[in-house]
Amino acid sequence: MDNFLSLFETYDVAGAFWVNIQLTFWAAIWSFILGTILALMRISPIASLQWFGAAYVNIFRNTPLTVIIAFGVLGLWGQLNVVLAEDFQVNFLRLAILGLSIYHAAFVCEAIRSGVNTVPLGQAEAARAIGLSFLPAARLVILPQALRGAVAPLGNVLIALTKNSTVAFAGSVVESSNLMKEMIEFRGDLVIPIFFVFAMGFVIIVVPIGLLTTWLSKKLAVAR
Amino acid sequence: MSAQQVLFDAPGPKGKRRILLGNIAGVLLVVGLLAFVVVALAGQGQFAAAKWTPFLEWRTWEFFILPGLLSTLKAAAVAVVTSIAFGLLFGVGRLSHIAPIRWFAGLVVEFLRAVPVLLMMIFLWLALSQVPFIEDPIFVSVVTALTLYNGSVIAELVRSGVHGLPKGQREAAMAIGMTPGKSLRSVEIPQALVAMLPAMVSQFVVILKDSALGYIIGYAELLQYSRRLGVGEGNLLQSLLIAAFIFILINFILSSVANRLSTLLSFRTGRKVKKTEDPELAAAAPVP
Repeated sequence: MDNFLSLFETYDVAGAFWVNIQLTFWAAIWSFILGTILALMRISPIASLQWFGAAYVNIFRNTPLTVIIAFGVLGLWGQLNVVLAEDFQVNFLRLAILGLSIYHAAFVCEAIRSGVNTVPLGQAEAARAIGLSFLPAARLVILPQALRGAVAPLGNVLIALTKNSTVAFAGSVVESSNLMKEMIEFRGDLVIPIFFVFAMGFVIIVVPIGLLTTWLSKKLAVAR
Repeated sequence: MSAQQVLFDAPGPKGKRRILLGNIAGVLLVVGLLAFVVVALAGQGQFAAAKWTPFLEWRTWEFFILPGLLSTLKAAAVAVVTSIAFGLLFGVGRLSHIAPIRWFAGLVVEFLRAVPVLLMMIFLWLALSQVPFIEDPIFVSVVTALTLYNGSVIAELVRSGVHGLPKGQREAAMAIGMTPGKSLRSVEIPQALVAMLPAMVSQFVVILKDSALGYIIGYAELLQYSRRLGVGEGNLLQSLLIAAFIFILINFILSSVANRLSTLLSFRTGRKVKKTEDPELAAAAPVP
């Protein structure tokens, strides 16, 4: 037991989880911005933008995240010399955030579109009837209701994003899955307890997000 | 509000002109973006013939892409079968009328859904490597990790499918003298499976995508082979693009099958196979 506890003095487990939380936080913000823009494109009257939004979603939803993140390091950094920060580690972190954001934006877009589907037709017709054109109607009438209807699917995307932040391993970011591998390789006799520490860490992060978004989605749901 | 066209009026002459202008601007924006990427890539010499010709040679496909694709498909196919079995077992477990079985299945499913697949994969890989009689620990751990996660998602699909059935089905089964367990097995589950078929096929996309996580623990799948090819031929970017394209193609076909199935089944059941509105059950929807 002492052996096991001393392992946590040698390895910075909390720090590794902190990296995952940072990845999740920034990727959540960027993918939300990008996803909202894509969703607006898909419901806009302009065919070329609709087409672009649909193409984006279909391409990135169907590409494995591992491929996208590996592409960031092997392709963008290794081949095209894209550097997002002077510091080596920060550069990898930012490339991983970029990959996570690009991938999850497709799911955010779908979540918002499913939220738009919960808004009754009459709302859009009413917005039109009082003379609002597309952008004001979307901004003042449709999106506020759609976002409230999209809380549950957006929560799912956030949970997926939290778990997927471990895939940053493929982008040479030292985060929890990386540290777990290192710890198990060092202490092969403690495989199971080490795994449970990391697994429970994710349970502790993910379960409250699920409970919170379920509660929020019920509280914010527009009564119809 | 699925008819998006109500967001704007049927355009008059002025509106049509604006949409046309918007369209031109949109096309210019997209084309400009693409042109920027293409010019940047060309500047790096990424369009040199030598970088692309390997994909015209049979040996590239024979020794790199097809073997990689084959092991990706192998892992995904095995994981699909085992996760359906796992999902049925635990889905029925969660619906069981014996409380301890229900709790146990619930605990296992909730735990597995919260843990990242990669974490399970690395754990299984390192744990199984210590077990002497397992021949291919990497393959076993890729398939097992995919099964544990996707099986738990399918278990939730089965549960939400059964909850979505009309009450009368169970009442009728009880009325003709079936026990609750018998009613579940021979009346409710078969109908729930048909209703959940599209969502299940969408989950197969997740399995196929997640099989690429095997790259991290050194499973020789499509991404791994593409990297090797790219390092060998000096065309890493092109190899990764081809690998991504293959993944997208297969997943796109699977997604189309799922869409077709849901239209087909909506004819069969006489109503749309509706997406569940209950957020708790919506959590079971296929998510990466």
